[in-house]
Amino acid sequence: MSNLLKNNEEIKIGVYVCDCGINIAGVIDVPALTEYAKTLPNVSLAKEYKFMCSSIGQEMIKEDIEAGLINRVIVAACSPRMHEPTFRMVVKEVGVNEFLFEMANIREHATWVNLDDHEGAFKIAKDHVRMAVAKLSELKPLEVERVKVEPACLVIGAGIAGMNASIDLAKEGYDVYLVEREATIGGHMAQLDKTFPTMDCSACILTPRMVDVGREEKIHLMTYSEVEKVDGYVGNFDVTIKKKPHYVDQEACTGCGLCAQECPVICANEFEVGLGIRKAIYIPFPQAVPGEFTIDMIKCIKCGICASLEVCEPDAIRFDDKPEYVDVKVGTIIVATGWDLYDPTELKQYGYGKYPNVINGLEMERLLSSFGPLEGKPARPSDLEPPHSIGFLQCVGSRNFRPGGNTYCSRVCCMYATKQARQYKEKHPEASIYIFYMDIRAFGKGYEEFYESAGRNFGIKYIRGRIGEVYEGEDHNLIVRAEDTLLQKQIEIKLDLLVLSCGLVARHDAAQIASLLTIQRSADGFFMEAHPKLRPVDTLTDGIFIAGVAQGPKDIPDAVAQAKGAASGAASLMAMGEFAIEPYYSVVLEYKCSGCKSCQSLCPFNAISFDVFKNIAVINKALCKGCGTCAAACPSDAIVQNHFSDDQIFAMINTAIPPLAKTENGGK
Amino acid sequence: MGVNKMAKVQEDFDPYILGIFCNWCTYAGADQAGTSRMQRPANLRILRVMCGGRMEPLMVIQALKNGADGVLVSHCHVGDCHYVEGNLKTFRKMPLFIKMLEQFGVNPKRVKYTQVSASEGAELTEIVKEFVKELKEIGPNPLRMEE
Repeated sequence: MSNLLKNNEEIKIGVYVCDCGINIAGVIDVPALTEYAKTLPNVSLAKEYKFMCSSIGQEMIKEDIEAGLINRVIVAACSPRMHEPTFRMVVKEVGVNEFLFEMANIREHATWVNLDDHEGAFKIAKDHVRMAVAKLSELKPLEVERVKVEPACLVIGAGIAGMNASIDLAKEGYDVYLVEREATIGGHMAQLDKTFPTMDCSACILTPRMVDVGREEKIHLMTYSEVEKVDGYVGNFDVTIKKKPHYVDQEACTGCGLCAQECPVICANEFEVGLGIRKAIYIPFPQAVPGEFTIDMIKCIKCGICASLEVCEPDAIRFDDKPEYVDVKVGTIIVATGWDLYDPTELKQYGYGKYPNVINGLEMERLLSSFGPLEGKPARPSDLEPPHSIGFLQCVGSRNFRPGGNTYCSRVCCMYATKQARQYKEKHPEASIYIFYMDIRAFGKGYEEFYESAGRNFGIKYIRGRIGEVYEGEDHNLIVRAEDTLLQKQIEIKLDLLVLSCGLVARHDAAQIASLLTIQRSADGFFMEAHPKLRPVDTLTDGIFIAGVAQGPKDIPDAVAQAKGAASGAASLMAMGEFAIEPYYSVVLEYKCSGCKSCQSLCPFNAISFDVFKNIAVINKALCKGCGTCAAACPSDAIVQNHFSDDQIFAMINTAIPPLAKTENGGK
Repeated sequence: MGVNKMAKVQEDFDPYILGIFCNWCTYAGADQAGTSRMQRPANLRILRVMCGGRMEPLMVIQALKNGADGVLVSHCHVGDCHYVEGNLKTFRKMPLFIKMLEQFGVNPKRVKYTQVSASEGAELTEIVKEFVKELKEIGPNPLRMEE
């Protein structure tokens, strides 16, 4: 606190007017402005110099402060958005609180917009200097608060993005709490067969990553768990994680799988999007990490067969398992919750859910998969015969500008349809394959070449136009009516199988996650980044980052790149060890607060809580971002925003308007 | 003609405009106008607050009481607020306040409420030109004191 102003010390302001070469001095009379500044209250001295921001200009200020001539500084020059940080450092170096500094913007807001009106620019410059003096006289010294950043990160979602971010952070030495809702990590990528445009097998590149996550010491993996509660602020989040009961002792289970063999309950397997079966005791798929079993209590009939010692030798079955709550403290959070597939049932014209041979892209992926329900010998659902003709319809649930439609492009569908078409063509070269599209968007590295080759070398037919109607003929064959907009004619094609290339949508519970973490969502429902170009992985809540499709549709390389970006953002915060909070936060004057709670509902950052014993509002300065909305709204004037208090703002307004003079002089 | 004579009288009048701008959008937009050397009449002084949410009707009243001929209140577009939704609070307050001004006997045209983003220096320039023109039609604020 040594650099804070002592109480009742006389205010001695130094005003430094910058010529800025000819940018200011070429338009207004700087010596006259300097003379004018000397006449203002509390001003001890006023000087001019060619370039105040140069080291000589900075030294001028320092010398005057060290000589005791001044204790507050105004620089009348450019915008505070330009050089305020520069001059704050200058005054701080010689022991003046950096918030006892004010800039008068006489370049961007005066000379540059009035290059030919010298008198007018001079008038505005005078007003701006006078307003700055009035505000500076009212300013109070402030301390930059620093909060400690806990060197641990919570990663929500263990798909390809969450896993990569976790591995990066663990390698850098930070503790990572990786929370996954499902019984296995891997996310949607585990469901894919091959990946475009390289056609490498998804499982071959993903499963080693999954094993890495399971093995990494610094990663505390919590599968079958959900984040229940998040409190606190950047550097100090208190997180409660609910571990759902597995009903199988995860320590004791050896993953032998005898129980699943014996279990009499057969139900649809979510991992196979309903195309395959599993038992009530299950692992989602053979390569799942962790490989221990879980009982689906909704489906289980509690027959107890699995619990017998002949079936489960390690005696791992626990029918009385209870949810467990784990509290962890983390400094940063990465949200990588992924996506849901668009449900095309509402688009009745395509007959999804009505005709068995109309399927969605993810179902096609499982049918094609070598470890899927048909073991890589794709067939159509109605008769399990390999289809001779397949149609793919693009942009289902994307680029729809009708009311309620998703207007965005899902970015992956053009390429996954092309990939699936090519995969089928490789096995059945005689099959006819049609892709109905609006535009083909092959934007990534190697994508255009992949698309070109699909048409040229594999004979996949691309038809520009949308399907208007689908109906069923004999043997569940499909007849589709479409428009070929290039030939400008109506066409009718008989298909054995129709694949709807459905887009990606935000997770159904994205709203809950957003309110849990107080982060924002954009109009499309995905989580919103702090800046679309310069801060694409940050959220507006400090310390919380987003990665993968949770932020918006993207392919695997982009999701991984963003995960690395988010990990690096989180790591740089944790490496610093502390976080500086801008001291523009608001403060409640206890003696004035009437406890009306008006402010509480206005704060978008949940920074205001209510002390029921004292009956007053309390502002958490670490959560407060310093907008001042509460200060403006408080009916009792009990909230003061630091550096922008009523006293300071009204001091400016009260001196802003000069008395009407007969003639203005001083202009060149 | 009478109309022309009237206009000529107002031409001598140099309106005083106080701008109350938010740091992240309109203040930055005004900086952009300056950096791009967009010329406008020399009538606008600018007071900076961090967010549209900090702006109070009382600030406008005080400025008018002190003799400002016009007050220009401006912040981010809806949905662009740096503090998520601070501007929405002002978005509700200001239009209502401007309606009330008439009941106080103040010409509501003395207060202009706009949304200007950090990249809209050109729009700001047009707004100021338009405002100056309008204020010249209204004439000086009778509350402005003489020296």
